[in-house]
Amino acid sequence: MKFTRSSGPYWRPVQDVPAMMRHVLYALAPAAAAHSFFFGPGLWINLCVAGITALATEAIALRLRGAPLQLHLSDGSALVSAALLALCLPPLLPWWVTATGTAFAIGVVKHLYGGLGLNLFNPAMAGYALLLLVFPAHMTNWLPPHVDDLDYQALSLWQTLQFTATGNLPATLGLDAVTGATPLDVLRTELGRMRTLTEIAADPVFGDFGGRGWEWVGNFVTLGGLWLLYRGIIRWQIPAGMLAGVLAGSLLLYLADPQTHASPLFHLYAGGTLLGAFFIATDPVSACVTDRGRLIYGAGCGLVTVAIRSWAAFPDGVAFAVLLMNVLAPLIDRYCRPRVYGTG
Amino acid sequence: MADAWTFNARPPRPPWGVHVPSHKAATRAMSIRQAPLPPVAHLSTPTAAVALVSAGDCVKSGQPVARGSDGCALHATISGTIAAVSTSAGGQVDVAIDSDGRDEWHDSCVPCKAPLALPPRELRRRLLDGGIVGLGGALFPSGLKLDSAPRVRALIINGAECEPWITCDEILLRERATQVVEGARILMHAAGTVHAVIAVETDMPEARIALHDALATSGDDRIGLAVVSAKYPAGGERQLIEMLTGAEVPLGGLPGDVGYLCQNAGTAAAAADLLLLGRPLVSRIVTVTGGGVAEPGNFEVRLGTPLAMLVAAAGGYKGVPARLIVGGPMMGVAQPDDAAAVTAATNCVVAALADDIAPAAPEMPCIRCGDCVQACPARLLPHELLAASRQGHADALRDLHLDACIECGCCDYVCPSMIPLTAAFAAAKAARRSRPS
Ligand code: SF4
Ligand code: SF4
Repeated sequence: MKFTRSSGPYWRPVQDVPAMMRHVLYALAPAAAAHSFFFGPGLWINLCVAGITALATEAIALRLRGAPLQLHLSDGSALVSAALLALCLPPLLPWWVTATGTAFAIGVVKHLYGGLGLNLFNPAMAGYALLLLVFPAHMTNWLPPHVDDLDYQALSLWQTLQFTATGNLPATLGLDAVTGATPLDVLRTELGRMRTLTEIAADPVFGDFGGRGWEWVGNFVTLGGLWLLYRGIIRWQIPAGMLAGVLAGSLLLYLADPQTHASPLFHLYAGGTLLGAFFIATDPVSACVTDRGRLIYGAGCGLVTVAIRSWAAFPDGVAFAVLLMNVLAPLIDRYCRPRVYGTG
Repeated sequence: MADAWTFNARPPRPPWGVHVPSHKAATRAMSIRQAPLPPVAHLSTPTAAVALVSAGDCVKSGQPVARGSDGCALHATISGTIAAVSTSAGGQVDVAIDSDGRDEWHDSCVPCKAPLALPPRELRRRLLDGGIVGLGGALFPSGLKLDSAPRVRALIINGAECEPWITCDEILLRERATQVVEGARILMHAAGTVHAVIAVETDMPEARIALHDALATSGDDRIGLAVVSAKYPAGGERQLIEMLTGAEVPLGGLPGDVGYLCQNAGTAAAAADLLLLGRPLVSRIVTVTGGGVAEPGNFEVRLGTPLAMLVAAAGGYKGVPARLIVGGPMMGVAQPDDAAAVTAATNCVVAALADDIAPAAPEMPCIRCGDCVQACPARLLPHELLAASRQGHADALRDLHLDACIECGCCDYVCPSMIPLTAAFAAAKAARRSRPS
């Protein structure tokens, strides 16, 4: 009897790249729901704009590179980048801002470097960084969280759509009336005015330990992250390293001067710390590969995030911290190679 | 008494390796059955050898028919007439024997009355004469392995059969634990050591109990028992040594370099068969299994039996097997047909249905997920080795220690991008061997 030949191993489980990417998207769903609960429907619009732009850019880039279209379009990696970027963007954002960031992330950061697996930088964070530089004003237009006792004017889906489409709100609404600064921004601005933290923390955007609303979004991000850990899609080293880095860095500053530095818990829940730790810094392509390297890489992301928040003029430090560590990742890996069996 | 020696009888689950569905339930309780004698037996020496017979000669079972340049003998596995003798380009001798159906044993096949009273050197010579080779797949003559080991601290009998589907060692331990223990005592004596450990896996409790009883009966308290994790490839020689003793076999070296002698459980039983029953290596136990076999089981098979006959003994094929694999699904080799003969290295034959093997999946780029790094028992960086292999980058391959790769397939197993890493490493090693450097 004749049989087909092939090389082994002949058995492997099916946890392939598309499945991994699908799970990342599922894991983001609770956080997205919480986000839109507190900050309105803008996130869904941004997600749509980013998703469509990402797929279109991916298709064009694949075509130009002569790579198999169907295989890579269906791997889900572009959608994950798009979703992560959208989750970092302000909920009220003209569509072309979102589209520019996404197209840059996929077209330049991912595909100019050779496509999936070869990009040096995290596409979502590179896209975010570009938008901060090119559209700084838009990028700080955050919305106040929808919590009962807070004075805010909620935007309807229709009003949000109008703004996204045109960049202008309906004439009856003033941008100033509906937008607010993020807690991180409030902190920076007020610290700049020489106010103490005790005074600043009385601002209604601050909750028990982080920003109001943000605390809840953070909890749901963590939930998704834990699920990814449980499914074995991410491993613990990078999240643990990054959270430890943020906590340790902010604790040191806080202990040095609690009146000019926010508490470690505030930093944990502020901005993109949790999203960064579980979803962004864990992007395997641009991170370290070895276990020890991942701990160091994560810790670096955390420490640099705190440093940027404390001393630089950006709304949040996560994006630049991750990008900086992306550059260092290969170097860190070099020094963290495990000792091969039977050597040295 | 020599110095004391301790080993880890319950090593913790290793950080490397993978959990593979074991599929052992199909055969692990199947008693050893005798496969019918083949009408023609095809035998080959693993190394260059000289033939001791020529075409037309009459031979008896157990009669030497060739002797390797290393001194290891090859024996007729059935009685009958030599149909053909040939020498291949590499000097290996191939012998075909037509069976007379009588299975008469050669005069030289007599038990040794007191093997443990023989000088170790004499015992090692007898092991070479008896054709005892490593039945774990290495086919290295045991007598030679013993000669070349400078000073053996302890003997490790490997019963940790980690590959899925395979249960030949497990059933041997369950049904012939005494032979394994006796074999271990003989090998200890031959190695001049007073320490030994027999290792089994956590998922073979019956084998552990049988061994425990056999050890109690033998009254030999120099032999210990260790239970290692059933995580693949815990039964790899180097991995087992590391788990039991904490020592690492140096790269490019042998277990003997760190004072250990590793022998497969089947090899130990073969040594006992040789000295206590007078049987040289003429048969071995083979697991015949897979969804594509009608009656999976464990068979005691004369070497040289064609695979087709062995499968027929197991009720023949069922359905349309997609692959015929000799060995396990991780490290085995898919056969083009079932004409090949059972050798001393054939521990398992898997007739795998399409469901038993992974569907072909398109290869995606490496996403540097690091799963292969985590899984690699040699602590290599398979993703970097892959890039270096594909670019044929010899310096990088050396830096990354390609030679430490044991081709276990763990990296392939976990790779979400479905990259055939192990095949790439095997090819890179072959390319390096063929290039004079
Ligand atoms: S095949 Fe080689 S590289 Fe891959 S896991 Fe096994 S030892 Fe490591
Ligand atoms: S498992 Fe595959 S995708 Fe992951 S790092 Fe290794 S080679 Fe790359």
